[in-house]
Amino acid sequence: MSDNQPVLSIKDLHVGIEGNEILHGINLDIARGEIHAIMGRNGSGKTTAASTIMGHPDYEISSGKISLDGEDLLELEAWERARKGVFLSFQYPQAVPGLQVGHFLRKSVASIRGEDSAKGPVFREALKSAMEEVSIPRSFLSRYVNDGFSGGEKKRFEILQLMLLKPKLAILDETDSGLDIDGIRVVSRGINAAIRGSDSGALIITHYSRILEHVKPDYVHVLIEGKIVKSGGPELALELEERGYEWLESGNNGGE
Amino acid sequence: MAMEEAREAVGDYDLGWHDPEHSTIRFDSGLSEEVVRKISAIKNEPSWMTEIRVKAYHHFVNRPMPGFGDREALEGIKFDEVCYYLRSSDATEKDWDDVPDDIRNTFDRLGIPEAEQKWLSGVTAQYESEAVYHSIREDLEAQGVIFLDMDSGLREYPELVKEYFCSVIPYQDNKFSALNTAVWSGGSFIYVPKGIKVEMPVQAYFRINAKNMGQFERTLIIADEGSSIHYVEGCTAPTYSTDSLHSAVVELIALDGAHIRYSTIQNWSANVYNLVTKRGIAHEDASIEWIDGNIGSKLTMKYPSVILKGEGSHAEVISIAYAGKGQHQDAGAKVHHLASNTTSKILSKSISKDGGRGSYRGMVTVSPKAENCKLNVVCDALILDDESQTDTYPTMEVANASARCEHEASVSKVSDDQVFYLMSRGHSEEEALAMIVNGFFEPFTRELPMEYAVELNKLMALEMEGSIG
Repeated sequence: MSDNQPVLSIKDLHVGIEGNEILHGINLDIARGEIHAIMGRNGSGKTTAASTIMGHPDYEISSGKISLDGEDLLELEAWERARKGVFLSFQYPQAVPGLQVGHFLRKSVASIRGEDSAKGPVFREALKSAMEEVSIPRSFLSRYVNDGFSGGEKKRFEILQLMLLKPKLAILDETDSGLDIDGIRVVSRGINAAIRGSDSGALIITHYSRILEHVKPDYVHVLIEGKIVKSGGPELALELEERGYEWLESGNNGGE
Repeated sequence: MAMEEAREAVGDYDLGWHDPEHSTIRFDSGLSEEVVRKISAIKNEPSWMTEIRVKAYHHFVNRPMPGFGDREALEGIKFDEVCYYLRSSDATEKDWDDVPDDIRNTFDRLGIPEAEQKWLSGVTAQYESEAVYHSIREDLEAQGVIFLDMDSGLREYPELVKEYFCSVIPYQDNKFSALNTAVWSGGSFIYVPKGIKVEMPVQAYFRINAKNMGQFERTLIIADEGSSIHYVEGCTAPTYSTDSLHSAVVELIALDGAHIRYSTIQNWSANVYNLVTKRGIAHEDASIEWIDGNIGSKLTMKYPSVILKGEGSHAEVISIAYAGKGQHQDAGAKVHHLASNTTSKILSKSISKDGGRGSYRGMVTVSPKAENCKLNVVCDALILDDESQTDTYPTMEVANASARCEHEASVSKVSDDQVFYLMSRGHSEEEALAMIVNGFFEPFTRELPMEYAVELNKLMALEMEGSIG
């Protein structure tokens, strides 16, 4: 790599919703090809972080910076960020009745990666192999986006989009929630195929370490009450699995 | 200034251009028995037609406005300011090259000659009061299929017209069917002989160009035993700050085992009152389908209907309505089950936005003698903002206990999360809304010929543009 600029750089980020601050100064750098995990309980601010990076308009940023490849993201709307290379796999993907999966995928690839990537054999081949990777049958293409999907289907569909959209930064918000062990294995296969060996960075948000057994993170960060209280290597995930979060919470009592 | 007001009122209506008025005959505005007789005289009609027109005129004058729908808007119609007859070309041509240039250009811009070459069996193009162009594929003509503008139909097949004219919708049906019967001009006349199946659709396109124009086309389609036809109708008009009136009557007759599908994409500008009566009668084992799309207009009141007269007949009414700023779509469907083993399906979808109002008004009846009927009614409304409104007025009168009735209704709003989800996939807010709206209309769109489906999706994307504050 010619430069060491991180894919994602977050500096002292403070975020609130309806006047209540939820994130109290987050710092995080993700370099090319790295997978980071943020772990924390429900309510610790994990989804706020994911939504804020993607550009959800409900979250108010009082201070701090988010940049992608050195470019400031905060002035951009969600769709512009997506076109720059940010991808969010949603915890609760939304249904759009009447919008066919095949049509939607083609439109999304066209808007993010350009018309040429969404046409002809190039697109068909990419689609076919990605669908095989995450065990999605062809019949899926004529269904409506997330409409009547099971929990597992929704998550696999998110990962299918990740694989086709090839973002610079993939944020995976609780992708493992609601999945059985086979489901986790399938989506992990997709995540590894999309990220490993690429220039992309990934941020996996979870409160269990199970998915991290299949998608090995390079770094693990623990988020408690809107602050990263500890960072470490993959072994930190295992430690959390054994010890829970309490030992870190008590150590964090002095924080603001 | 007037143009600006009009634009303000309607937003971006893509088809709102107008050409210089082109007339060989233009009546003074206003309606009287004399006007009615003059229309009939210009057309050299048989006396029975003149007599029906005059009777209908008197019925129109004495008949009060409908007691439902948007009464305030109805009272705003200035019948005296409407021009009831305007002929812009002296002949109905069979070759586009013979149509006057500016009129031909209009239809070129609307893409009609192109569509004709690609995928239609026949076309009639009406400009103001009269058809200016008409053609049908030779092979169909050789099989005995009649596809004419209504005036030619009356001239060439007076007995057939006399037998069926006003047979499904008598002029006394309502105030606007009386008005249409009094002053009708143009429209389509179709007869499909026994057993003939017309594979590709035939299309009629209605364009109003002049200001304060009244367009009163009259369409009569007769499908003889075992035949089938798909008729497609499109309508547009320029954007003016004064109102135009479109009041059509469409009568369909499906004889035993026949199948008629009638598809409409009406995209009037927001200064047009669109008050249309459409009804079909289905004989034994026949089926009639109305695929009815209402995008524009100031006020639309339209309830495509089917009378299931013959045993085993089937009715289907699939409609959408889009009510934008200053628009009221009062649309729906009616089906009357008069015979046993008849089935009907109504699917109505409406969207309201920017203060628009969408109303579903429907009626399904089952007569006491009709055994084992099945009826299914679904109406869904989608509201895009807090200023807009939707209402539902469903009526079911079932007088035979063996009927199986299903009715579902839903009202939903576009959620911020839905929009954010689509935006996160690289789509702007407007594109996201268009995707949601087109998805909502998909059960309708998929019934249209492909070319129409594509056009409708583009149209809705245009409607979503400039809508984000």
